[in-house]
Amino acid sequence: MKHSMIHRGLFVFTLVLALGATGCKLRPKGPTPIPGQRPGVTGTGTAFPPEDVGRVGAGEGPTGRQIDPNLQGFPPGRFDPGRSDQDRGTLASYTVYFDFDRSAIKSSERGKIESVAGYLKSNPGVGVLVEGHCDERGTEQYNLSLGEHRALAIREYLVNLGIDGNRVYTITFGEDKPVDPGHNEAAWAKNRRGEFVVLRPKQ
Amino acid sequence: MKYKFLLVASVLATARPVALKSAQESIDIYHDKLGPRFIPVSLEGYSGEALSALKFDLEIQGFEITSADQAQYLISGHNSTSLVGRVIDRLNKTALLAKEYTGGAARSQAHAFSDEIVEKLVGRKGIARTKIAFKVDTGQNSEIYFADYDGYNAIRVTQDSTISRDPTWVPGRRVLLYTSYKDGNPDIYLHDLSGGTRRPFARYPGLNAGAAVSPDGRRVAMVLSKNGSPDIYVRDIDGSSLTQLTRTREDESSPCWSPDGRTICFTSRAAGRAALYTVSAGGGDMRRLRTEGAINCTEPDWSPDGKTIVFTANMGGFQICTVSAIGGGATPLVGGEDPCWAPNSRTVIFTRRTGGKRVVSLLDVPTKRVKDVRQVSGSCSQPSWAK
Repeated sequence: MKHSMIHRGLFVFTLVLALGATGCKLRPKGPTPIPGQRPGVTGTGTAFPPEDVGRVGAGEGPTGRQIDPNLQGFPPGRFDPGRSDQDRGTLASYTVYFDFDRSAIKSSERGKIESVAGYLKSNPGVGVLVEGHCDERGTEQYNLSLGEHRALAIREYLVNLGIDGNRVYTITFGEDKPVDPGHNEAAWAKNRRGEFVVLRPKQ
Repeated sequence: MKYKFLLVASVLATARPVALKSAQESIDIYHDKLGPRFIPVSLEGYSGEALSALKFDLEIQGFEITSADQAQYLISGHNSTSLVGRVIDRLNKTALLAKEYTGGAARSQAHAFSDEIVEKLVGRKGIARTKIAFKVDTGQNSEIYFADYDGYNAIRVTQDSTISRDPTWVPGRRVLLYTSYKDGNPDIYLHDLSGGTRRPFARYPGLNAGAAVSPDGRRVAMVLSKNGSPDIYVRDIDGSSLTQLTRTREDESSPCWSPDGRTICFTSRAAGRAALYTVSAGGGDMRRLRTEGAINCTEPDWSPDGKTIVFTANMGGFQICTVSAIGGGATPLVGGEDPCWAPNSRTVIFTRRTGGKRVVSLLDVPTKRVKDVRQVSGSCSQPSWAK
């Protein structure tokens, strides 16, 4: 079982490389393993019932897809601000916006993440910090988890586009850092977001 | 000895458990089938801080201050450097309490007196000398404070000029756990208020937040995202034996413990929108907790008597609701969020949003009376009641 999964992963990986070499644009259907990290959940414990996992993401637009119940997502690396200089300007126009109470990437936002992936491919020396933010309509603890989930969803998308997961860090601020302090839909829509901060190694 | 008389009272109380129990059954408002009602008491002879503290303490614990001719109990006395207090049952003219409180500040004397009044009249331990912790916003940042349960004598715990949030008490100890971004990542710290020392408790990659300590003080439930999604974990407070309790692709948040330490209740979006779930603290399947009539349920807190879970529902505005710990119909109480039970399983501390800022308030669940605690300037939120 485990072997067949690894083989399948290798096959997909090889396919990506092959297609990449011929210049075809490919949106990977399955998650790409992060180098040096095992994608599957290991250890004991109860996997979440598959029928419920299948429902997750349903009705959320084109990004809703069947999730392998054995795979939980991409473990993030620990963000250490002491090791890099933060550049908030370069990718400021690629801020990704979310629907209320959702962490799914909307089709309208995919192009931004693809541009960020392109930037990371042409600048192999930098990393990126993805900040997840929420509007004020959720409760505070809930929003902290939702913001993290949004950041992780963007990170997963970048990894699926071929970016090394070790270059992509996540952090959540919940509703603690709104860009617009207003209490209306216009403000909330601006606050439900994922921001990209370029990380350059300290000189 | 600060409260000589209180010590005598507690000895008497333990010597007469049967009498107190029957008093609780007959007077406890929460289980009164006739519906909630206040116990009318008169309050005469007090002034200044002692008067305001006595009034606050009694009004938030189910009493109504009335004139003497409408009162069931007459509370009277005077205060200067000490506080003298008497309680008389107006109908049968018996004296229930007559004491003098010396030492400490005027508010402390009043709190000691009100605790004895509550225990004498309804057989329930008073809450006037308990502590709370909360978050105070300071512009872009926030700091942790702790204070008396009414917000007085607030003391700042952190001074990190970063975001510090979600304080929670270790039961029976003057120790807080909270989340701080002081090292650039949301990490959980354990802070001993007696010694002023702190140490990192959880510094995994990604989110470390939502700490909740088991009633025996030995284990900590929390939210970690180190495996790629915010999930509930439990770890011993000494740092060993990390166990992952949930494995969903959706986000979990705000774990709390049943008083027997066997079950954890938390929020998950596993079914597409926020709802309450329970899971065995040792691991196993997660089960939906029914909250009929309430949707978008988050931030559960389990009452110390084990019977009731209080939580926030979001139904076009935040509502504090309760539900039986085995699930069922939800009871909406008042507008507000992030509720936490007092040790008496009757009073709840929560956050209200008003005029663009947040305020910490107390709620007497049976009577639905709300009183704001004294606020530190700025927005106050995320209260936790020491147990």
